[in-house]
Amino acid sequence: MSVRVRIPTPLRQLTNGERLVEVGGADLGQALDELDRRFPGLRARIVDEQGEVLRFVNIFVNERDIRFLGGLRTPLADGAEVSIVPAMAGG
Amino acid sequence: MGATGLMCRECGRRYALDPIFVCDACFGPLEVQYDHGGLSGEALRARILSGPPSIWRYQDFLPVQRVPAWDLAPGYHPLIRAERLGRALGLRNLYLKNDTRNPTWSFKDRVVAVALAAVHKFDFSVVSCASTGNLANAVAAHAAKAGLRAVVFIPAGIERAKVVATSAYRPMLVEVEGTYDDVNRLCLEIGEEHRWAIANVNMRPYYSEGAKTLAFEVAEQLGWRAPDRVVVPVGSGNMFVKIEKGFDEFQRLGMIPEHTVRMTAAQAEGCGPVATAYHAQTDTVVPVIPNTLAKSLAIGNPADGPYVLDIARRTGGTVEAVSDEETVAAIRLLAETEGVFTEPAGGVTVGVLRKLARAGAIDPDETVVAYITGIGLKALEAVESRLEAPVRIKPTLASFEERVLQAVPA
Repeated sequence: MSVRVRIPTPLRQLTNGERLVEVGGADLGQALDELDRRFPGLRARIVDEQGEVLRFVNIFVNERDIRFLGGLRTPLADGAEVSIVPAMAGG
Repeated sequence: MGATGLMCRECGRRYALDPIFVCDACFGPLEVQYDHGGLSGEALRARILSGPPSIWRYQDFLPVQRVPAWDLAPGYHPLIRAERLGRALGLRNLYLKNDTRNPTWSFKDRVVAVALAAVHKFDFSVVSCASTGNLANAVAAHAAKAGLRAVVFIPAGIERAKVVATSAYRPMLVEVEGTYDDVNRLCLEIGEEHRWAIANVNMRPYYSEGAKTLAFEVAEQLGWRAPDRVVVPVGSGNMFVKIEKGFDEFQRLGMIPEHTVRMTAAQAEGCGPVATAYHAQTDTVVPVIPNTLAKSLAIGNPADGPYVLDIARRTGGTVEAVSDEETVAAIRLLAETEGVFTEPAGGVTVGVLRKLARAGAIDPDETVVAYITGIGLKALEAVESRLEAPVRIKPTLASFEERVLQAVPA
């Protein structure tokens, strides 16, 4: 069971330059935990101590904003795409 | 003198003037920093007065140099004294900054002009954007003038005229099956994978500086002073934030007297997450799925939302929202009193102005400036079903007397 995670430029320093990483996890929180085990410090750049996603980060699972899904409890099916992007929107 | 570097708005970390937009440390937005070499306010004003009649007279306050061969000369249209609209609303000193006058008929020409100048500096070969319509139109036109390849992304379902007008300049026009927010996310991802200059994404720190000229012009055209209040439509909130920055910069540099401008944000009820947060007295802007005829403001997750809240509260302004009906009524009121035909974003602005004036929230003597950011001609769908049909007559005096004269007061 694995999902693909897109890593934004600011975090690629932590993933040795990898822009697409495969991890396992039944939900987003678990996937982030595994990412953090493989790339220490990554989780803290995305969520705070309370487990809330940081203000300037958006996370999408299969193109949908996790705020409209289950947040960190959003379930992940095999082959899901997780995208972590800076929160910047509008013209 | 001029732009010296980028700085993270959140954590203060500094960067060189590179084509980057996000802080490596905290993901915060990056902002251009300037050094005006200790020039006096008077000297800076004199430099403006000797500049061209466009946004580029404010070159000292913009992050990149004007490229003469690429210049469509946006901005610096006359500030309109709105006497009839003012009388209708009970406001004695109402002005309009009419950006329908720009090369592609919206304020986007200002920010795109600066973005393209940055593209020139950083030597990208493809220019792009995520747009609800006006931005794509501007990018396509300015790219054509520059001889650059343009690929513009819009959500499916925007106003027909915006699609047609944008196509005329022959960019690659890409319609995405989703909302604006989907388009925005996609463009962020594209920018991470390919060396494309996406005006409102990875060129954002440079691009957004162009909106300060909306404040600079008002200050200059009011005789080097700030107004008491401005009413600004809010989609992403970026323009609102930059207008405040513009008035603030001129004050800090001693070019205009210190004066707090009541920053008043106008949203559509069908996409009003900032207004909701304002009235709930919270700091968190909760994203929404937009449902409004004001398509150019249909940004459900405005990253600048918290900054808008802070600025509105701090300056004694407010954030208000109006319905689609109020928006259309305001488009008509503006047209009927001032001869300016705006699109829904302008209707939202005038609608909120009207709502606040009626509620007694604006002192009748305040100098108020309302920003009219886009033209009605590119959003006919919003009003056409509500306008009176033309009167049809035969080419005879009898038909004229029956159908026309009877209806016209003697």
